[in-house]
Amino acid sequence: MSKTGTYGLLATFSKTPEFFTATGKVRDAGFKKWDTFTPFPVHGLDDQMGVGRSKVPIFTLCGGLFGFCLGMLITWYMNGYDYPLIVGGKPYWSPVFPFPVMYELTILNAAFGTLTGMFVMNLLPRHNHPLFEFEDFIRSGDDTFFIVIEKADPQFDLDKTKAFLTEIGAEEVHVVEA
Amino acid sequence: MSDSTAELTLSPEAARQRDEVLAKVKPVEVPRPELVTGGRDFHWVTEKICGIPESKTPTWWWIMFVIAASMATFTLFGLVWLVSTGVGVWGLANPVNWGWAIVNFVFWIGIGHAGTLISAILCLLRQKWRTSINRAAEAMTIFAVVCAGIFPLFHTGRVWYAVMPGYLVPAPNSNWIWPQFRSPLEWDVFAVSTYGTVSVLFWYMGLIPDLGTMRDRALKGGRKIKALAYGLFAMGWRNSNRHWRNYEMAYLLLAGLSTPLVLSVHTIVSFDFAASNLPGWHTTIFPPYFVAGAIFSGFGMVLTLMLPVRAIYGLHDLITQYHIDCMCKIILATGSMVGYAYSMEFFIAWYGANNFEVFAFVNRAFGQYAWAYWIMIGCNVISPQLFWFKKIRENTWLVWIICGFVNVGMWFERFVITVTSLANDFLPSSWGYYSPTIVDIFTFFGTFGLFSVLFLLFLRFLPMMPMGEIKAVMKQGDGHGHGSGTQGQGYAEEGGHH
Repeated sequence: MSKTGTYGLLATFSKTPEFFTATGKVRDAGFKKWDTFTPFPVHGLDDQMGVGRSKVPIFTLCGGLFGFCLGMLITWYMNGYDYPLIVGGKPYWSPVFPFPVMYELTILNAAFGTLTGMFVMNLLPRHNHPLFEFEDFIRSGDDTFFIVIEKADPQFDLDKTKAFLTEIGAEEVHVVEA
Repeated sequence: MSDSTAELTLSPEAARQRDEVLAKVKPVEVPRPELVTGGRDFHWVTEKICGIPESKTPTWWWIMFVIAASMATFTLFGLVWLVSTGVGVWGLANPVNWGWAIVNFVFWIGIGHAGTLISAILCLLRQKWRTSINRAAEAMTIFAVVCAGIFPLFHTGRVWYAVMPGYLVPAPNSNWIWPQFRSPLEWDVFAVSTYGTVSVLFWYMGLIPDLGTMRDRALKGGRKIKALAYGLFAMGWRNSNRHWRNYEMAYLLLAGLSTPLVLSVHTIVSFDFAASNLPGWHTTIFPPYFVAGAIFSGFGMVLTLMLPVRAIYGLHDLITQYHIDCMCKIILATGSMVGYAYSMEFFIAWYGANNFEVFAFVNRAFGQYAWAYWIMIGCNVISPQLFWFKKIRENTWLVWIICGFVNVGMWFERFVITVTSLANDFLPSSWGYYSPTIVDIFTFFGTFGLFSVLFLLFLRFLPMMPMGEIKAVMKQGDGHGHGSGTQGQGYAEEGGHH
């Protein structure tokens, strides 16, 4: 991959509490285009970073509603309308007897909605990213916490931001090429 | 975050009062068991878990794999025999038109339930000890559903019809007739296929971060093809907190969706029986009783699988005695529920004053299938009661053996329910005795091979524990530095940072 310039600055931390505190300081400093990379979901980090609630539940709700209506529709169409079946003199269709079908389709579609929502909200799949070019990226899945401030951030200044990251306790600060 | 804020805003007066009260009641410090023992760090967890699929294939694995694959051919053999000859090769005949096929189906579906229970219900209940066993348990669920699916599919004989439109799949067949949605068997199609699909989704989503780690490690080790394979499924995961945020929400939602699902699946499976009017089947206790039994046998299978894996790979720091203890207690609880259900069935048969119902239960215990009934009672009601004793829960061999009994017992439970009710129904003139044929036995025996093949492949190619979740429950994983990584948060721990 040809390098076109700087992607941003990457600061590493090896201890959770230090990293957690530093994250708050980055937030307070007013950076906009930044992110953290952690080997596991750190409890309370969303508040610390100032990112809001995830929007995945919307996808789940839509999926669930779609599944429920789909279940209603197919059972009504198949057993009540297109080929009405008389069983034990009961009504051709009622929402009661095929309830398990609707129930299961609700869950099935809600689950697909959730997974889709997770991918959509995360902008995945994306098999390329400047961070993948960073040679020690593997450590974000192992035992190291990263704070990455992107060059695209309005406050970004290579030297000042580097100094800032060192000041808040970063163990190492690297320049990530893009 | 919120708890420490609340602590900090406590006024000096209030704090003094609290300390006075606490001095009076003398709170006992209850040590919370650590979930990762041995003072391990994050890196050790990664190396340990990734090391298993990355290392050279051990000899024992090949031996086990060959044995399991040979066993699996028995299923293949049985199925080829069935398809080429006809369903008559199974021991099904009047009056027992449902024999081993449904017994095995319900048995395998039940085995799967512990996986979903661990990943979903225990997640919602914030039982952090679930983390080191949930991945393998979910894998077990999926493989068990695969084994379960064989039986209802093949009991139709010409199996290609089963998957063709109009028979099970809701699409019109060649006569333009649709499936009938009043039938519990059609509900089963939806329940089991949804269960299988959602289990796969849940399992896959949990795997994504770890696949990302496997990808990065393979790339660093210069294994291009491996990196490509893991990378393809990791979907470009990069451990960003903005990813984790959506991931955690999705995980919680899937847990919330799987919880009613796992309860509904076995409930609907029990409707296969309960919606009929046969004595011994037509009971409202079936749904909860089946669900409890499924969880019971599922946990039995989790321990049956995980104890050898723990010993072979030396995972004693990740699957600790505390984990085993918790699972044993769940087996004890669900085993007692199953025992309660057995006695309640008897009681209601008597109290309901229905002669046929009374006969069905007396016949179960003392009739021609009494041998099966008492195996069931011995394995399901008596053997788990040993878990009241700490000494037994601490003895890995005994735990493993008792779990074996649980598995056997739960198979017999389904056998007793299915066969005794059918063999001796309302009219003595239509009674009969059911025995399986060699084809039944082959097919069922082989599914253990199939299950083992799949499980061995899982151990070989995928990280068997969710590394991210394990790190999150470790002491070092807590951002506030007061080590709430261990389960719960006692007062003593809280006091530490003031």
